[in-house]
Amino acid sequence: MSIHVGEAAEAPDFKKAAHVLLGNKQVRANVRRATETIRNKRANVVGEMPDWEDLRNSAAAIKQNVLRNLDTYLEQFEAACTKAGGKVHWARDADEANRISIGIIQGHQQTEIIKVKTMTSDETRLNVALEAAGITPWETDLADLIIQLGHDKPSHIVVPALHKNKTEIRELFMRTMGLTELGSKPEDLAAAARQYLRERFLRVKVGFSGANFAVAETGSVCVVESEGNGRMCVTLPDVMITMLGIEKIIPSFDDLEVFLQLLPRSATGERMNPYNSIWTGVTPGDGPKEFHVILLDNGRTKVLADGESRETLHCIRCAACLNTCPVYRQTGGHAYGSIYSGPIGAILTPQLQGMEHSQSLPYASSLCGACYEVCPVKINIPEILIHLRRRIVENGDAPQTERIGMNMAAFTFADSKRLGVAQKLVQLGNKPMEAIALPGWSAARDMPVVPKETFREWWAGGRK
Amino acid sequence: MLISLFIACYNDSLFPETGKAVVTVLERLGHTIEFRQAQTCCGQMHYNTGYYPEAVGIMRHFLDTFKDAEVICVPSASCVAMMRDHYPKMAAGDPVLEAAVAEVLPRVYEFTELLIDKLGVTDVGATYPHTVTLHTPCHSIRALHIGDRPQRLLEAVKGIKLIPLANADQCCGFGGTFAIKNAEVSAAMLNEKMQAIAETGATICTAGDNSCLMHIGGGLSRNNAGVRCVHIAEILASQGTS
Ligand code: SF4
Repeated sequence: MSIHVGEAAEAPDFKKAAHVLLGNKQVRANVRRATETIRNKRANVVGEMPDWEDLRNSAAAIKQNVLRNLDTYLEQFEAACTKAGGKVHWARDADEANRISIGIIQGHQQTEIIKVKTMTSDETRLNVALEAAGITPWETDLADLIIQLGHDKPSHIVVPALHKNKTEIRELFMRTMGLTELGSKPEDLAAAARQYLRERFLRVKVGFSGANFAVAETGSVCVVESEGNGRMCVTLPDVMITMLGIEKIIPSFDDLEVFLQLLPRSATGERMNPYNSIWTGVTPGDGPKEFHVILLDNGRTKVLADGESRETLHCIRCAACLNTCPVYRQTGGHAYGSIYSGPIGAILTPQLQGMEHSQSLPYASSLCGACYEVCPVKINIPEILIHLRRRIVENGDAPQTERIGMNMAAFTFADSKRLGVAQKLVQLGNKPMEAIALPGWSAARDMPVVPKETFREWWAGGRK
Repeated sequence: MLISLFIACYNDSLFPETGKAVVTVLERLGHTIEFRQAQTCCGQMHYNTGYYPEAVGIMRHFLDTFKDAEVICVPSASCVAMMRDHYPKMAAGDPVLEAAVAEVLPRVYEFTELLIDKLGVTDVGATYPHTVTLHTPCHSIRALHIGDRPQRLLEAVKGIKLIPLANADQCCGFGGTFAIKNAEVSAAMLNEKMQAIAETGATICTAGDNSCLMHIGGGLSRNNAGVRCVHIAEILASQGTS
């Protein structure tokens, strides 16, 4: 089995990638403006909910229950979906999921598909596999289309092209769609995309989507979106394929009541998504004639097995944690080297892929806790970051200088007499603790002047 | 009241004036201060960097040192957050340790919590004729839910001119070893914080945690910004011009 998350295994470490991005003023300005806008909208619509904390608690409880009984709910989903005329496939890893998808498409002698809202397929690098098999994928979500046309990478979970501004998108559309004229207003850009996509919606016979939720009780699948392109994707084609991570299951239809309140408010600052598509199997004369669901593991059962960080799988991909994160704000999403960026990416990518990859990500946080505060499903991201750091240390993968420094410090803190000696050394200019800190620190900051007398000396010396 | 001071290792070594200020304020309010020389550290740096057994060792030492203390005052929000958020979990499974944590934790107070919640004072009789802005460290707001306690204490200081800091709750970029491991991102975060501070026109930036202030102050000093960082205890201790 080979588990990969997009191209994260080959990505440079966070610090190196961040170095490059910090030099890109345009991207940083775009990220700052966009995240601030969404963050403020979110704060407004969350603020008007008196029961927001209750909703968060309910959501966390539902997800806890799902993860504890995932096997049961998955089988229940399979049975219900099959009964409604759908076909359920199980994929252990990314390659298997891609193979299944290609098999279905080729089984219908098709050479193109229309796609919407499927980050999971970015995880499996489906588009690369499709193209290798001679199948053309058309991204229909506006932001995904921008990424595809620009041969770019997504930098945000909900708004993948968040690092691009209007002017850049206009230039891209003119260049790649062969337009000689195009206005610069958002409506003009949307109109150009609509024109470009419409013929594909009408022509292409296979649709491909992700899912925000899959209901075990009914076998239904739910996708929420803003543009309506998703609605077209899941209704117009003859054949529909939906790929989702196994953690996307919720027990009953009623549970949607909780999540459909939390998700739009957290994600885009809307009270409700403009389009909420929920469908169950196939219905003769209405929508696709054939419906496939691919349930993807790709490392998720491994995450499930670690009780300390299991709640990573609660995530509903709202990106509230990205929009509030002071680190993401500086670097944007590309620094995280994964389709999953920001705080959730920093915990999810390394766990899915295995801890030998993406080792820099658990350190890409100041542990300020802003992510935990906004997370609608209450994932304690700082605590999980610390847990992953611990796993790195326990695997013997922490840098040697850090290990030596931490061992020395632990030895020192075990006994106040030793601490006294260390403090004397610092005062005398030997500065053992500073020496470790100095290189990174001193680039932008002065060290405080070391006082002649520590507090304990002052106290012991009669406070003179 | 007999109050035991846990000064925090970095205050002890680098910011003794903060400790002295805590003593001044509490003695002025009529309390007796003790300082247990055996104290070292709360274990936060080790815990946050993933050195778990080492952190547990340091926690044991802390619990041992303070097991019979009546009230423990800590002028460092992040150390208190470390104890409240993580000690119970670190002790879980070891009944002796669990009992020790359960006994000591309720007696631990962050400095501004101690003044307002335990001692019931907001006016500590300070005078500080300066223009001041208040940064609210992440741990103080998100872990301790310190709210407006520091603000209320500062508002009661005579002569002070308080200017609100834009996005005061946005992380300054310190984050312990983060400032070293991801020094450039940390510095970019710091730049935003310094920009916000500059916009206030204040000459003093204060907070209840010298770790943030060491980072912010280090940047301000490098930029010759003309703004100094001062721990809130030092403002509350002041009765004149300094
Ligand atoms: S971790 Fe929480 S806040 Fe972040 S994307 Fe997932 S659900 Fe949203």
